[in-house]
Amino acid sequence: MTRWAMVVDLRRCVGCQTCTAACKVTNATPPGVQWRRVLDLEFGEYPNVRRAFVPVGCQHCDEPPCAQVCPSTATRKRADGIVTMDYDLCIGCAYCAVACPYQARYRTLRATFAYGEPIDSEAQTFDEDRLAVATKCTFCVDTIDAGLAQGLAPGVDPQATPACVNACIAKAMAFGDLADAGSNVSKLLAENQSFRMHEQLGTGPGMYYLWDRSAA
Amino acid sequence: MSFGPQPWQQTSWDWRAAGNFIGGGAGSGLIVFTALAGVAGTAGAALVLAGLALIGLGLACVWAELGRPLRALHVFFNRRSSWMTRESIAASVLFAVGAASAALAYAGLAAVVWLPAPVALVFIYCQSRMLQAARGIPAWREPRVVALLLATGLAEGAALFWLAQPLHGQGTPLLVLAFAALLLARSAAWFGYRRRLDGPGAARALAALDRAGAVLLVGGTLLPLALLIVALGAGAAAGGALSAAAGLAAVAAGAYLKFTLITAAGFNQGFALERLPVRGVGPNLPGV
Repeated sequence: MTRWAMVVDLRRCVGCQTCTAACKVTNATPPGVQWRRVLDLEFGEYPNVRRAFVPVGCQHCDEPPCAQVCPSTATRKRADGIVTMDYDLCIGCAYCAVACPYQARYRTLRATFAYGEPIDSEAQTFDEDRLAVATKCTFCVDTIDAGLAQGLAPGVDPQATPACVNACIAKAMAFGDLADAGSNVSKLLAENQSFRMHEQLGTGPGMYYLWDRSAA
Repeated sequence: MSFGPQPWQQTSWDWRAAGNFIGGGAGSGLIVFTALAGVAGTAGAALVLAGLALIGLGLACVWAELGRPLRALHVFFNRRSSWMTRESIAASVLFAVGAASAALAYAGLAAVVWLPAPVALVFIYCQSRMLQAARGIPAWREPRVVALLLATGLAEGAALFWLAQPLHGQGTPLLVLAFAALLLARSAAWFGYRRRLDGPGAARALAALDRAGAVLLVGGTLLPLALLIVALGAGAAAGGALSAAAGLAAVAAGAYLKFTLITAAGFNQGFALERLPVRGVGPNLPGV
């Protein structure tokens, strides 16, 4: 059974936010909404300061708390691990937003544009169905499905791969099938040490963070 | 708003969500205590209807918070796993049973005031589990929040009963003891809940909760208990007024606690890195 997942190499990420921009352009999210966000974290005190850039967003969990609480079944988990949103079902109660431990959910109550009035590109991509409902990263599910229909391999062929992964300038992000031992993500996880965020909560996140080479 | 390891207060649910927990809990508690008191006739019907009105007011608050209020009926679609769906189903049954029992009680059937009580208990349980299922908020997902919300709902329902006592004129010393017991149970539930938050709770959330907890203990427990003791030895008129004052203090303190829980203690856990990335020659360091 396919399990789509994302692997982020924290050693490679330079915090350029190209993935954020690619996501915004691809998914036409309004100002303030970042389905793919890159945290810029600084730790310690001078001179012992460490810095990390951490791409975050929907973790497409094995046991998504958002789908469990959703009263309208607008949030669902597919068999391949992708957590989807049905904007036509969502009532905008924001229960999913408080259930998500990764702050991955947004609810925009009214239309907002970068410069007040919509510019041409915003006017073309504005979707009223996404107002006042919950939105989040979908792993670019439409791209994946369209690519699969053409016989392409998500994570390998750019036409079938999430926009953030395609855009990453440092190859810090990888996408693929965890259930396939030969996939790029499986190899990366085998060759490196990784963790998943807030794993103790038992949600089974589908995003893995690489932090060092494998000890073996 | 900051995005990092430090938690921040959620902004998705506001006073309207708090209103649902306040109204729903107190309304359910009032229906249960009315049944416990065995109040029949017009008074029984009025108290059950008042409980339903409070629950309805709470649900109206939530409805006002929906992004798409015209799709409100979609709330019934996920009974398999959503406590919000289950709460809505329980509310629907409660309104039907409560209205019918109020009508029958008004007609003189004393026993029917018991009918909505078990449904009210189911409703308040669903509501409590709803908060616990919000796993993004440490102060809400703590399992003891269920006992806390159950205890506060029942205590505030009893408090409303005594607040309205000068109007309905019902009540016995045994019911005073039941009210006092519920106040003590609420305090015990608060202590049990608060103790479990010491590890995972955000400092600012805990500070807000502690302020509300102090109000609950002093204004919502000790003061009402003192008033009830004095009321037991006072005459009928003064006793009624003192009991009503005790009810007012108890219900206000409970409402303040719930309001705080939603609007000031709803901190998430921020983001976390289990390990920092190892780059170049830097040492291998634990994360945050």
